[in-house]
Amino acid sequence: MNNQTQLHIHPIERIWIIISFAMIGVFAVAVLTAGFAYGFQLPVPEDRVVDPNLVATPGATAFGEPGLRELSPGNMEARILAQTWSFSPKEITVAVGTKVTFFVTTKDVQHGFHLEGSNINFMVLPGQISKLSTTFNTPGTYNFYCHEYCGVGHQTMYGQVIVTP
Amino acid sequence: MYAHENRLTAWHVGIAFSALMIGVLLGPFQTWEHAGLNLYPALRAIGIQSYYQGLTIHGILNALVFTTFFITGFLTFAFTHSVKRASKYPWLHTTALVVMTLGLLITAVPLLLNGATVLYTFYPPMKADPAFYIGLTLVVVGSWITGYGLLFTWSTWKKENPGKQTPLIAFASLITMVMWQICTVGVAIEMLALNIPWSLGLLPGTDPQLARTLFWFTGHPLVYFWLLPAYISWYGMLPKQAGGKLFSEPLARLSFWLFLILSTPLGLHHQYVDPGIPAGWKALHAVLTYSVFFPSMLTLFNVVASLEIAGRARGGKGTFGWIMALPWNEPSFTAQALAGILFAFGGISGIANASYDLNLVLHNTAWQPGHFHLTVGTGVAFSFMGIGYWLIPKLAGKELWSKKVALWQAWTYFLGMILMSNGLHILGLRYSVPRRSALGVAPYGSAEWTPFLIESALGGTILLISVTLLYVNYGMTVFAGKKLTREIEMPVAENAEGHPAPAWLDTWRPWLVGAVALVLVAYGPVIYMLLTRLQLTSPGFKVW
Repeated sequence: MNNQTQLHIHPIERIWIIISFAMIGVFAVAVLTAGFAYGFQLPVPEDRVVDPNLVATPGATAFGEPGLRELSPGNMEARILAQTWSFSPKEITVAVGTKVTFFVTTKDVQHGFHLEGSNINFMVLPGQISKLSTTFNTPGTYNFYCHEYCGVGHQTMYGQVIVTP
Repeated sequence: MYAHENRLTAWHVGIAFSALMIGVLLGPFQTWEHAGLNLYPALRAIGIQSYYQGLTIHGILNALVFTTFFITGFLTFAFTHSVKRASKYPWLHTTALVVMTLGLLITAVPLLLNGATVLYTFYPPMKADPAFYIGLTLVVVGSWITGYGLLFTWSTWKKENPGKQTPLIAFASLITMVMWQICTVGVAIEMLALNIPWSLGLLPGTDPQLARTLFWFTGHPLVYFWLLPAYISWYGMLPKQAGGKLFSEPLARLSFWLFLILSTPLGLHHQYVDPGIPAGWKALHAVLTYSVFFPSMLTLFNVVASLEIAGRARGGKGTFGWIMALPWNEPSFTAQALAGILFAFGGISGIANASYDLNLVLHNTAWQPGHFHLTVGTGVAFSFMGIGYWLIPKLAGKELWSKKVALWQAWTYFLGMILMSNGLHILGLRYSVPRRSALGVAPYGSAEWTPFLIESALGGTILLISVTLLYVNYGMTVFAGKKLTREIEMPVAENAEGHPAPAWLDTWRPWLVGAVALVLVAYGPVIYMLLTRLQLTSPGFKVW
């Protein structure tokens, strides 16, 4: 019977193990510090859930009349409804320096939302509201893509944010 | 020896590589479409209706069918030849093969008739034909039965060999199967409680957030179900094939135990940007994902050190001279060594994905197919091809048709995959190019993407050449090969240092308890929260 309890580790492998642990530790601290201390946001459950069958009905939810709303000067919210195979609205225009909070949901299948070159990237699920915000500091035209397969027209589903000087 | 097990393995491996043949042939069409050469109208003649139907078949056959059939066959073979005992219940293994094959046939009907163009993640409320869900469920159930067969044989072997340590290959095969049993609980519940009744019209609607969570409960450990058999070959066989020994068998055992514990409780890292999951749970899974990086680091050291032993035994000198001394004229070795090199880069891009906030830049971009073609597409599939270079001759009783063609296959695969995955990684990281999209006809395509789309199409074309060489070689071996005049034995690496594994590395209970407990802690509250917010409101859509 095997009565040995000691795990034999070669000295060089011991060093490798220490390096591995150190790497994992550094990664975890860096990522979680950035995530929580510097306020990177991930979408999280909103208080309200929505019924995907009613969400597009005007008056039933705020997504009945999607679009851009000013909350205070320089601070806007964009309510975007995803459906096969379009976003509505498809285009929004904001002045440079505006902070925009995106609220996105879908009335049919799963979609995705990624504003190119930014951290605005989330899944869009029936029954859930995805929310993230960003400030547009450089004028230009930015595409946002649907990044989850949503049927044969998936590749045509996109929209644009136009940031005016 | 073990004629029944060998025959069953031949069926598993044969079905696996047949499925892969269809699956991989559809791959290059995607890269060509992206680069502006749309050949899908031509594919309509053979019944492929769209880019997305082709993509669905590519994903299902390569990632689900090829892997599962190969793994169940290979582990049956490896376990049997490792413990050197015939199956306790051979009929159980026959049943497993029948159930899996039946499942495959049932899945294939809607898949080929464009009734299940939902990709291999089949996210509801996209609704496939019920046969698609039922068939896939049967494939998984069949793979469970293979696992039960191995466990019964093992418990008999234990009684026949009191006090003897289970050989490494058999031990690791069992861990793979037990891990698979634990982690497939998620997709089994998704199928049985949601997808199947909903697709049959027995449920008014489904809950997409809950279904996704159950899917990824299985979906990430699925990656380790693919990977561990490749690790079994890298640890247990490759050192022997290279002419060396396994550097440290005890640490190999430790890393398999760690995979048993850590493979499952981390699936939420696929859902960092899902709206319905709280941030704290995502962060916990991020840390757990990093921790499963550790056994892979152990593997990297141990396998490379074993190959160094081999290289030096073959007369290699100096810091790097031993690398040149390795048997690069042996295709089975070369394919697996090259697979391991690219897999390391896939691991690095995976660490970026696992990083809670870095993922915001990468989620669902072309970086993802770039990543998993290096991991499952190379580390796993390319290793299995390399295993095939000794296993298929063994099972067919024929000499390999051409070593030279096999070596060309290995190097073209290596080159093609470097180009394709490099292009995809850059497109995703630099230009936010979405994955899973017929980019060639997308209105938002940009001229800046073109060089990288062409690079990846070139890679796809080279890969097509590579797999053509693979199938010509396998085909000629099986159907026109010279009869084997020697016995091919499964390569089994010896433990180099002669230190046996301590007893605590041979005890199942603490590791199993740890595995289940960690799953309950990491997933219990999240699933409970989703159940309290259950919304069976999505009716189901056919959008293709």
